[in-house]
Amino acid sequence: MSDFLLIIVSTVLVNNFVLVQFLGLCPFMGVSNKLETAMGMSLATTFVLTISSVCSYLVHEYLLTPFSLGYMKTIAFILVIAVVVQFTEMVVRKTSPLLHKVLGIFLPLITTNCAVLGVALLNIKKMNNFMESIVFGFGAALGFSLALILFSAIRERIAVADVPSPFKGAAVGMVTAGLMSLAFLGFSGLVQI
Amino acid sequence: MSIIIAVSVLLGLAIIFGMILGFSAIKFHVEGNPIVNQIDEILPQTQCGQCGHPGCRPYAESIANGEAINKCPPGGQATIEALANLLDLEVLELDGEHDENPVKTVAYIREDECIGCTKCIQACPVDAILGAAKQMHTVIIDECTGCDLCVAPCPVDCIDMLPLATNITNWKWQAPSAFSDHSHQLIATDKRPAVELES
Repeated sequence: MSDFLLIIVSTVLVNNFVLVQFLGLCPFMGVSNKLETAMGMSLATTFVLTISSVCSYLVHEYLLTPFSLGYMKTIAFILVIAVVVQFTEMVVRKTSPLLHKVLGIFLPLITTNCAVLGVALLNIKKMNNFMESIVFGFGAALGFSLALILFSAIRERIAVADVPSPFKGAAVGMVTAGLMSLAFLGFSGLVQI
Repeated sequence: MSIIIAVSVLLGLAIIFGMILGFSAIKFHVEGNPIVNQIDEILPQTQCGQCGHPGCRPYAESIANGEAINKCPPGGQATIEALANLLDLEVLELDGEHDENPVKTVAYIREDECIGCTKCIQACPVDAILGAAKQMHTVIIDECTGCDLCVAPCPVDCIDMLPLATNITNWKWQAPSAFSDHSHQLIATDKRPAVELES
């Protein structure tokens, strides 16, 4: 149990996917203008990251390893992630229109999020087992959500602040992201894993 | 040999996934509103969100519910014309700003013209105007809701409604969207208990 807790703390704070490992920066900069959309994106990412880390683990363990095709894992994972996301989008759309309205457009967008592929590949690299893969994916998603929601809350405020004109818009966003990343570096050394 | 195995494994995987997706596309097919589908086809599918909706399909849905058709900058004039053609509406100019919220204004009393009649004080629903008889009045900006009610009673027309820009000192979190649908300004008498608003 404490292993899982360690993985969660490690992925959310110490090795935060966005701010420390710099994965998934595209949605981090792109969808962080409004708190509401950031929350939708976070929910959808949590969903997709957890599911896809499970599926890619299964594919690697029961399909690629028996045929000793470890070198094909990147292509296979891209395929798996794309299909899983597309499939869940269809199912959610049919079964729960309300959930589809919240996650809606974000689900297909996340297919190309490099954090999703990153989690799948890191799971293999770290030789996580099945449960660890799930927790690792979920923790990564939590860390992504934390960074995205914090950042969008800051950006909503910055949008009305008196920023010097050369820094307006994306520039001050980048500076803020850098400062947040520095702040998250303060967590390094909290746990060693 | 290993190449053949690798290719056939991936090919098998792709075929199985293709069959799953193809099957579920039929099984989980959702009958949408045909008008929404047609509008969605005209929109450029850039999913940029500049219309204020998270993507093209939500905008298509709200166009079908009567929203203006001129909020899509990537589509430009061509899209507006195609939409107007489809929906039998008038062609509009592209609305670059499309501010959903009207600009917040506050009342401002030109103090040297004020005769101290107290009529605006009586009109103000939120007690935002300060002053006494035959003394000049002034507006407490933080209290003013911009409701315009003080403008009409003023006998010397010395009250202006000035726009109030949002800046870091008066910025607030927006109310959750379920409530902010009321685009008109609430004045004190409109405010009901929170419980009633939630129901």
